[in-house]
Amino acid sequence: MALFDLRLQEIHNKLTSKELSVGDLVDASYRRIAETDTSIQAFLTLNEEGARAAASELDNQLQQGGERGLLFGLPAGIKDNIVTEGLLTTCASQLLRNYDPIYSGTAVKKLSAAQSITIGKLNMDEFAMGGSNENSSFYPTRNPWNTDYVPGGSSGGSAASVAAGQVYFSLGSDTGGSIRQPAAYCGIVGLKPTYGLVSRFGLVAFASSLDQIGPLTKNVEDSAYVLQAIAGYDEMDSTSANVEIPDYVGALSGDVKGLRIGVPKEYLGQGIDPKVKEAVLAALKQFESLGATWEEVSLPHTEYAVATYYLLASSEASSNLARFDGVRYGVRADDPDNLIDLYRKSRSQGFGDEVKRRIMLGTYALSSGYYDAYYLKAQKVRTLIKQDFDNVFNNYDLIIGPTAPTAAFRIGEQVGDPLTMYLNDICTIPVSLAGVPAISIPCGFADGLPVGLQIIGKAFDERTVLRAAHAFEQHTDHHKARPQL
Amino acid sequence: MNGGEDAPMSITVKDVEHVANLARLELSEGEKEQFTGQLNAILKYAEKLNELDTEQVEPTSHVLPVTNVMRDDVVKESVTVEIALKNAPDEEDGQFKVPAVLE
Amino acid sequence: MVEASKYETVVGLEVHVELHTNSKIFCGCSTSFGAPPNTHTCPICLGHPGVLPVLNRQALEFAMKAAMALNCEIADVSKFDRKNYFYPDSPKAYQISQFDKPIGENGWLDIEVNGTTKRIGITRLHLEEDAGKLTHVDGGFASLVDFNRVGTPLVEIVSEPDIRTPEEAKAYLEKLKAIMLYCEVSDVKMEEGSLRCDANVSLRPYGQEKFGIRAELKNMNSFRGVQRGLEYEQIRQADILDSGGIVVQETRRWDEAQGKTFTMRSKEEAHDYRYFPDPDLVRIYIDEEWKVRVQASIPELPDARKARYTAELGLSSYDAEVITSSKKLADFFEESLGFTKDAKSVANWIMGDLLGYLNAGNLELADVKITGQGLGEMIGLMEKGTISSKIAKTVFKEMLESGKGPQQIVEEQGLVQISDEGAIAGIVDSIVTANPQSVEDFKAGKEKAIGFLVGQVMKETKGKANPALVNKLLLERLNR
Repeated sequence: MALFDLRLQEIHNKLTSKELSVGDLVDASYRRIAETDTSIQAFLTLNEEGARAAASELDNQLQQGGERGLLFGLPAGIKDNIVTEGLLTTCASQLLRNYDPIYSGTAVKKLSAAQSITIGKLNMDEFAMGGSNENSSFYPTRNPWNTDYVPGGSSGGSAASVAAGQVYFSLGSDTGGSIRQPAAYCGIVGLKPTYGLVSRFGLVAFASSLDQIGPLTKNVEDSAYVLQAIAGYDEMDSTSANVEIPDYVGALSGDVKGLRIGVPKEYLGQGIDPKVKEAVLAALKQFESLGATWEEVSLPHTEYAVATYYLLASSEASSNLARFDGVRYGVRADDPDNLIDLYRKSRSQGFGDEVKRRIMLGTYALSSGYYDAYYLKAQKVRTLIKQDFDNVFNNYDLIIGPTAPTAAFRIGEQVGDPLTMYLNDICTIPVSLAGVPAISIPCGFADGLPVGLQIIGKAFDERTVLRAAHAFEQHTDHHKARPQL
Repeated sequence: MNGGEDAPMSITVKDVEHVANLARLELSEGEKEQFTGQLNAILKYAEKLNELDTEQVEPTSHVLPVTNVMRDDVVKESVTVEIALKNAPDEEDGQFKVPAVLE
Repeated sequence: MVEASKYETVVGLEVHVELHTNSKIFCGCSTSFGAPPNTHTCPICLGHPGVLPVLNRQALEFAMKAAMALNCEIADVSKFDRKNYFYPDSPKAYQISQFDKPIGENGWLDIEVNGTTKRIGITRLHLEEDAGKLTHVDGGFASLVDFNRVGTPLVEIVSEPDIRTPEEAKAYLEKLKAIMLYCEVSDVKMEEGSLRCDANVSLRPYGQEKFGIRAELKNMNSFRGVQRGLEYEQIRQADILDSGGIVVQETRRWDEAQGKTFTMRSKEEAHDYRYFPDPDLVRIYIDEEWKVRVQASIPELPDARKARYTAELGLSSYDAEVITSSKKLADFFEESLGFTKDAKSVANWIMGDLLGYLNAGNLELADVKITGQGLGEMIGLMEKGTISSKIAKTVFKEMLESGKGPQQIVEEQGLVQISDEGAIAGIVDSIVTANPQSVEDFKAGKEKAIGFLVGQVMKETKGKANPALVNKLLLERLNR
């Protein structure tokens, strides 16, 4: 059994009993990266020197005894759109390939406080725009289950590195499915918390009203531990929710008796791979056998979600990405004729195709004469989509469906067809628009590739989401499957 | 922030050029063609939203009912000029340097 | 001046006032003026990736206060929007501003020009962040950017097109400045850029209802500059109209040195700011209780003070206007009244000696050491007859320079008035004896001779003799 397959509590016990050192964990991480990352390409930047220094500091602390938190010494990967002081943060963009941050994001600071170790920065679709990691301007991350396939995106590096056993856990970000979909494609656990639960301070904004940071882990218990560490009100984020943080790990009772589950017919309809549907139905049977009940429900505005999302997210992105202008940081184009030329050249050379496409769409949707027809209209439809969820949650505790309509697709298969690519997110986007929490957990395979089950909860009810996911995991072995690398 | 709900839904290369100018992007002829086609496809798909009557629907800019978030007027330490300029592509006399605004 | 004109001038002003909070509007950097470049910056105001704004409560309350003082209706719900444009002084490439839910709307202020009061409407007042500062170098081929100022809270105050002359524009700005100072929301120093003004100006034939095509004037760096810029535009536009031309709608830059306006290239050729609600900030609900609390923090404003000074203290309208034009001066005036009941006398000293001294030296009240208490006490000493008005001038000058109290000055310099009849009578005797010619002149009916004799007594007493007493005793002596 690989070191990182040990349960978190076991690793912790080995550390405190000095059977294992933090140095050993860090060594294992870099060794695994050396073995596998030439084919997976999950990492953009390694923090080897910093991680080893931190490990030796933590090992010194261990010598002195005392209580340690459960994330103590655990090797973690950070998605490259979460700002880390002194460690390059590129958002997988040429424009930021040299950006050396002067501060750290709140989630990163919280992990530091919990004393986990930052192993490096993880590949992603440029500025989190994409669902396959093919939009990384450096190189695409590959799916550990089959390196001809995409790992999903945009947190593809975060998912692949955990699936490949390179790190113990990672942080990703989710705007329309960017944690859940790659977690599903890579056969691991990915949690998108309720909007506002985890501070966005230091998360490079793609769509501010949708972005959330969340954990990617091998099992639900780890997910709860990491969430416990990063959740909470932050005075640096005006959209951070000032709510009391419950005990997530304590919610993992294994008991789902009496839980009422709604299954949206829209998530199992047209376009779904029959094998994915089969895996989801099998999972629902499992829940039934554990004492939960499920019924088909309707989220009637689901078909409008993708259009709504692309208008809103692109509009916000067009403004959020305007600051990348080559004036204060980032890569400036050579020899501009004048200021406007500097802007145009720096941005055109620095941004990839998909980023430009979304900036164009968003700029258009906000421009004079079109605001009402596109942006305002989409904001109104967002209200209807949110109401769909409110209505179902009046009668059900959870909503369950697939994370994505299919398993991972081949690299290159959907390039050049943005609209089809966008439709992969049909099951995750509505959840993001509603702002509610959802987790993707492994629930089987389709043609040798993992399938994800999405469990969606009420706002700030991560406990029920985690409890159900954990109970399912306790009675199935899907999460124990490992790719052969 | 104006314009009717029945704004025209087809964009031309000229529109793409205008939008690229607003967004300070320089597009090749090929990119202009490509974006015109792709944006039209996406916007045509977005026309779907017009099936819905949203006359009486409030727009959502925030999913959470958080309001009145403010901080006290307390000065916090700034960064040093060296840190402020750490990533500057060009600098002079403790300031960021850019080509003139006008050509 | 335009030959008194076929055209009526229509002016609307857009004024930006920096609010003097301690910290910036969306981060904790200091707003103080004059620090070395880029030393009052942080990741947030430099617009680094991943940063988020958090609203400074004081900035919002200052904006509310300013809006209330300008008689605006205060929004129940306000929000912030992004105004998108690329410019090197704008680090996020958008300015956080307010589009459709400003803090205040539908206000007004009254101005007085040539003795007539006129009400100027205020369309709206909204809160936004200031930009950085550009300096042009390399012969104009490059610019340096200092972000110390970026994020300083600003209110933008937009007037209705109710202003009809450059003088009215100047009066509007002066009143606006006074109100901001009274509210203590800004120090309003135009030379430091804490008040900036743009003007929309158009001409129309008298009697025509429709507005003419307007030009927007920028870069007027003083109230005088605003007045001159508008005067120039009046002539320029009238010339165009007279020759059958059409005024171009454009932005023009006022050049103070040349005394002319010039076409200015627009910030973004196609002005399309793509305003949308800033998703990083949340809505602000302003309830009645909050409004009442802020309202209560607004001191008595210049118009109210002026009314009180004329009605209750008997000041002339002009004196009251001048004294209330500056809160510091009005506060000085009222401080004096704590030590004397003679408001008119206090006003006379302020209007004459104090303002004369300040204007001659191009000084501000803060530059001199005299206090309101000092002036009040000095007038008290005059009332009691301790000092003469002549000595008072000496005392006043000393107070301006040293800041000492009048009693102390009088004592140190032995300036107490001599009101002892016996002592003065003796001096009168000796003066009369020493000047037989003058006595003869007086007796021959030359009334002027008495003046000479009074002067001699005063000279002998170094000005300290009570002048009324000297007069009385001299007459008694001469008519004996």
